[in-house]
Amino acid sequence: MTPLLGQTSRPFPDWDWIGANADVIGRLTVAHVQLTVVAVLLGLAIAMPLAVAASRWPLLRTPMLAFTGVLFTIPSVALFVLLLGYAGTGLTRTTALIGLTIYTLLILVRNTLTGLTGVAPDIREAADAMGFRRARRLVQVELPLALPVVMAGVRIATVTTIGLVVISTVIGVDNLGRLMLQLGFERRNLTAAITGFVLVVLLAVVADLLLVATERLLTPWQRRHREAA
Amino acid sequence: VTLDAAGFVAWLTGDPWFGLPGVPSLILQHLWYALPPALAAILAAVPPGLWLGHTGRGGLVAINLANTGRAIPSFGLLLIAFLLFGLGVWPIWIALFALAVPPILTNTYVGLRQVDPDVRDAARGMGLRGREVLLRVELPLAVPVLLAGIRTSTVQVVATATLGAWAGLGGLGAPIRAGLAQNIFANPNARAQALTGSIVVAVLAVAVEAVLATVERRVTPAGVRARDTVEQGVMTDETAKIAA
Repeated sequence: MTPLLGQTSRPFPDWDWIGANADVIGRLTVAHVQLTVVAVLLGLAIAMPLAVAASRWPLLRTPMLAFTGVLFTIPSVALFVLLLGYAGTGLTRTTALIGLTIYTLLILVRNTLTGLTGVAPDIREAADAMGFRRARRLVQVELPLALPVVMAGVRIATVTTIGLVVISTVIGVDNLGRLMLQLGFERRNLTAAITGFVLVVLLAVVADLLLVATERLLTPWQRRHREAA
Repeated sequence: VTLDAAGFVAWLTGDPWFGLPGVPSLILQHLWYALPPALAAILAAVPPGLWLGHTGRGGLVAINLANTGRAIPSFGLLLIAFLLFGLGVWPIWIALFALAVPPILTNTYVGLRQVDPDVRDAARGMGLRGREVLLRVELPLAVPVLLAGIRTSTVQVVATATLGAWAGLGGLGAPIRAGLAQNIFANPNARAQALTGSIVVAVLAVAVEAVLATVERRVTPAGVRARDTVEQGVMTDETAKIAA
């Protein structure tokens, strides 16, 4: 077993390569972020109504969680290629987005459902007694109280998606995975591969921190709890 | 180009087709990449997880390991392992092992820590010593969460092994890569390769998941089983797919 790098004479880390390719790296980073953001937002848009429906009709819960669970188990390469078979030529980006959105669903549905069903019955009754209708009770009472658990789901879904985006490189979608596969591995350029790797990890860490900050902004009452504690 | 239907059917049952080994051989190759590192990860991660969980030490490390693991791009790890160590089965084993350890370690730890302290006290009160408390009380109660971690890791490793094909390995990723390298919309043979590889690896992952879920139910003590159907937590690491 011999390292593949012996076949080239590139130094590591190759700062000149990074400097010369800063525009490509930037473009791929932006593409990576775009795919992630759109997939998680689409996932939320689909998961919220599903979770609300499942919290109201408990019969839906088991089939919904089982179905999203099976989808979640399918390896992402396989899902991307299967979707591509249906999507048709030239639609690789859309295909990747559909696949990525599907993967966010299990996490988002499960956490939103747990958040909603975790609201104490007393609170629900208090809202009813105050004359809240179901829709208003949901928006003004139940969802805000479920928010910490929903946000925990959004964090896991976002970090997971950032990693999964990389895989869509194999169906030809531009993102940081390109630095690892085509520019890194295929050209035996360790600097490119590690740059891609580090940027993906950094994106995940930054996204997670931003989401923690967002959660704090959205739940000011929790801050009072924290200060009191 | 037309579909070589006879060749395709023969490929499914074992004959080579367009330079690819038969599907049964590809499945065996795939398992050869995936199962040894999964087993090694169980052997390497469960004992320290038990020790950390039993003593209550290193909680921050155990939890953060899973969170960090989730952020690591598995494909990148695999490709870097190939660049550093060369082509062959060892780099993929090393990379898959590294991916499989965090969920098992974290779940073992969490499984032990979530055992009710009263139960632990009761066991000590009955005169059990540290080791006995761990093996006879804590471990059985932690089994569902521990096995969920093993299931997460194993399914993930089976999924990620597919990507070895992009570094020139075989397994079920090989027909996917070979198919995609041609135009799957114009060439029905390439399309058949890519779709077959995808379907078989998807079925394999779902089957592994189902088998391990069954084992999990069988091994879970009856009392714990009753409790767990009531409170299916979101906090276990089951929801964490680490980029596979």
